[in-house]
Amino acid sequence: MVAAPKDTSFSQEANKLDTPALIKDLIGTAVITFLILTPIVAYETIMNQGTLLIESRWGWVFLFTAITVVGRLLLHLFVWQRAPSPKTASAAPSKGESAAGASFRKNFNTILFVFALLLPFILYFIPGWDKRGIDFAITILIYIMLAWGLNIVVGLAGLLDLGYVAFYAVGAYAYALLTTVYLPHWFGEGVVPWAFYIVLPIAGALAALWGVILGFPVLRLRGDYLAIVTLAFGEIIRLVLINWFWFTNGPQGINVPKITFFGLPFNASDEGFAAFFGIAHDRIYSYFYLYYVILALALLTFIATNRLRRLPIGRAWEALREDEIACRSLGINTTNTKLTAFAIGAMFGGFAGSFFAARQGFVSPESFVFIESALILAIVVLGGLGSQIGIVFAAIAIIGAFEVFREMGFLSYILPEGVEPVQFRMLAVGLAMVLMMRWRPRGFVTRRDPTVFLKEKKSVSADLVSQGHG
Amino acid sequence: MSEALLTGRGVETFYGKIQALRGIDFDVRKGEIATLIGSNGAGKSTLMMTIFGTPRARSGTITFEGKDITKLPSHQIARLGIAQSPEGRRIFPRMTVLENLQMGATVNDMAFFEEDVAKIYKLFPILEKRHTQRAGTLSGGEQQMLAIGRALMARPKLLLLDEPSLGLAPIIVRSIFSAIKELNEKEGLTVFLVEQNAFHALKLAHRAYVMVNGKITMTGTGKELLARPEVRAAYLEGGH
Repeated sequence: MVAAPKDTSFSQEANKLDTPALIKDLIGTAVITFLILTPIVAYETIMNQGTLLIESRWGWVFLFTAITVVGRLLLHLFVWQRAPSPKTASAAPSKGESAAGASFRKNFNTILFVFALLLPFILYFIPGWDKRGIDFAITILIYIMLAWGLNIVVGLAGLLDLGYVAFYAVGAYAYALLTTVYLPHWFGEGVVPWAFYIVLPIAGALAALWGVILGFPVLRLRGDYLAIVTLAFGEIIRLVLINWFWFTNGPQGINVPKITFFGLPFNASDEGFAAFFGIAHDRIYSYFYLYYVILALALLTFIATNRLRRLPIGRAWEALREDEIACRSLGINTTNTKLTAFAIGAMFGGFAGSFFAARQGFVSPESFVFIESALILAIVVLGGLGSQIGIVFAAIAIIGAFEVFREMGFLSYILPEGVEPVQFRMLAVGLAMVLMMRWRPRGFVTRRDPTVFLKEKKSVSADLVSQGHG
Repeated sequence: MSEALLTGRGVETFYGKIQALRGIDFDVRKGEIATLIGSNGAGKSTLMMTIFGTPRARSGTITFEGKDITKLPSHQIARLGIAQSPEGRRIFPRMTVLENLQMGATVNDMAFFEEDVAKIYKLFPILEKRHTQRAGTLSGGEQQMLAIGRALMARPKLLLLDEPSLGLAPIIVRSIFSAIKELNEKEGLTVFLVEQNAFHALKLAHRAYVMVNGKITMTGTGKELLARPEVRAAYLEGGH
């Protein structure tokens, strides 16, 4: 019997559905579809007052191509799946899931990742959805990142934190104040275009520090009591931001410089991004850039959490969630374990806050109200405590639902005067939560991947227990 | 038997104003099985928890290998080489069997992980069959085996067992007690066993204490106590 080594104890056996062949096949599908559709769909002739015009419809081509690829992928995963090998077949029932499900899960993160990489380009080619669509995707990614950060505290360590938005605020105000006041004062104006990259780690560190400051007084608290104190903490931070006028500019907020492309601002000036690369100025570039920055930050959170789960500290978090007394009797320092959970969770909140400020170009206490904390927590719970992929779908569902309500202007014809559909959004989210608690009380994804197992003959196939990386 | 591994002198513990332990003296010597029996509410589990520093003794001293551990934080006590299978087992229900064992190896930073896991699977073969299963889905007996296995992963010098027979079928109780005996005889592990199941515990023990209302009322070898009529009357007749 061979036991797994210390930390990175997961083996990577060959996958039943091998990924490179699958990707090759999908790329082939995309190219063929694209070539077929180009002459058929891409150009449309329009009669316009006697003249024949050609209009291009590339958006449709890309949309159809995407549909084809996704369809083929689903066929691969669910219909054309080879019969499972005897080994997997014998192991599968013990885990209560099929081999197809396992290989799907294994590839799923990769698929999701590739989709996230391509998303802005897909949106770009959908008419009317380019800027708005990408902007919306950025918002969702911010919430995904925040929920992943909160997931460390609530999902892994089991510490119910209702004031998470405080760390988001610390990150945002760290960016705002450092960029507008302190960095120019200390290093001169020249540093301002680079501010985001300088402030990002500082904002993370400051938020982590505040995480520890919150952590100390609540070390002995659990459950309801902890929730109340963290709720108060979130409100205190917001009230301080409103009332500490000379420092934070109070409720009027602070205008801050927006994000730059490594020092090149996204504007029409001669020093701008467009001028530097010799292309026409278009605001779309900044959307693209923001999207990839937040995607990178979110992935950092994802990967860091995944790595941490396999390290002693991550295991200690999960054990702490399960039973604190048992933890102590096993020699785990619960004080340090809790504080690191608060600090690391807060740090990712701080990163997200800093990004938020650099994206909006404006911060005010308005953005950091309790409902934001509740929303982030709702995403974590809806996704399934501790499940990172579940959180992605929960964020899309909740934030997406908000957006859908904004779009439902047509309802104003049937609703009484003065009632906007937007006003019902929280109601709908509440209803959705109630329904979910009825049918999926543990969230979208309830599966928890073990962090360790033995690689030996009798053990469950690696497909079933190892965690695919995206 | 040789020198004392764990000693308590005049240990008093309170829950608020209520006194649970009223000056307990005890010794656990290296290589022996010591047992503490008593009825519900006598303070047996409180003594176990006091040894681990939660709650802390208000007066008296507890020493381990000559070192005063009365005021040490729990996790440091664990790091000295005392492991506990707590009352009610307290396994981590949503983690797998193997992950539970892994948590047990925290104090030695998983240095002997593979070797020790193999040893524990040999001692409790059922755990090997269940090793990717969530611990919460195990039966009571399996959970108890896991709790003992988890404690053993720390390679302790002293194992504290708090009511390992609680709520288990007699046949499982027997197999758990035989595992304890095996550990003691083959590996020389020192065990401090708290039990309500007095018969099994006394048969096993080299040294036994009877606790009533927070006080030790009788001491002797297991066999001596088994023979005493007052012990038989209070803890053995009619029960178990």
